Amino acid sequence: MTGFETEFTPLMSLAGGVLIGLSAVFLMFLQGRIMGATGILSGLVTGTTPGDRGWRAAMVAGMIAGPLLVLAVTGQMPAVDVPVSWPMILIGGFIVGVGVTYGSGCTSGHGVCGNARLSPRSMVATVTFMITCGVTVYVIRHVMGG
Amino acid sequence: MRLMSAFLVGLVFGVGIAISGMINPAKVLNFFDITGTWDPSLIFVMGGALVTTFVGYRFVLRRDKPMIEERFQLPTARDIDARLIGGAAVFGIGWGIAGFCPGAAVPALGSGKVEVAGFVAALLAGLWVARLIQAKQADRRAVA
Repeated sequence: MTGFETEFTPLMSLAGGVLIGLSAVFLMFLQGRIMGATGILSGLVTGTTPGDRGWRAAMVAGMIAGPLLVLAVTGQMPAVDVPVSWPMILIGGFIVGVGVTYGSGCTSGHGVCGNARLSPRSMVATVTFMITCGVTVYVIRHVMGG
Repeated sequence: MRLMSAFLVGLVFGVGIAISGMINPAKVLNFFDITGTWDPSLIFVMGGALVTTFVGYRFVLRRDKPMIEERFQLPTARDIDARLIGGAAVFGIGWGIAGFCPGAAVPALGSGKVEVAGFVAALLAGLWVARLIQAKQADRRAVA
């Protein structure tokens, strides 16, 4: 499963990163919560109170509307190229779900919000998942011979 | 107010994920493929998000309470234990296999691609199973 080149987009990536950060700041300002995809999704799945599920569903709807707004403004849907096979999509998805539950967070919760709070737990988690992700990509693409 | 603001926060996040390129697994996997088709763009995503959040939190967390809730709900866990490191390690492996992390996959659903729906379904299944196991273990500890 060798990859193909993708264009280096420093400015758009920086702008997108700033928006991701702004959404985290807004959520803290409004609801006093960490902007973590893991936390928002697990609350939806396991469910607490009906009112609690409501805002989570609304936020997920907003997230899904994001690329549609980009499509409406620019006339182009952002590229979503999945360069892996179906078994890898499903196995990877399940593994991610288990890992973020035990690790109490993912790229948004630990990687952005936790690190911004200088949380030692988030720093350790971020370094750990960046390393295992890098090793996994290396093994799949260059050892297993992609 | 609560629903509308949650939708708008989600929208800003979704647009950020979309224009940053995080929404694209090909780009994400290339970020980690340093010895192959490397694309360093995601350093800029992380950098922009981190600096913005770091600065924004300084101002927001100085307030007594958030706008629509009674108090800030910040994580209280302090332990750096096997559960944290093991979970993060497993997450990274799954991320490297599929190319999606949870926060990128949800906005990517907007693309209408069936692969994204498959990933999110598997992700939710993994979340649910892990929660179930954690609840069972907590029950057993409570009984013992």
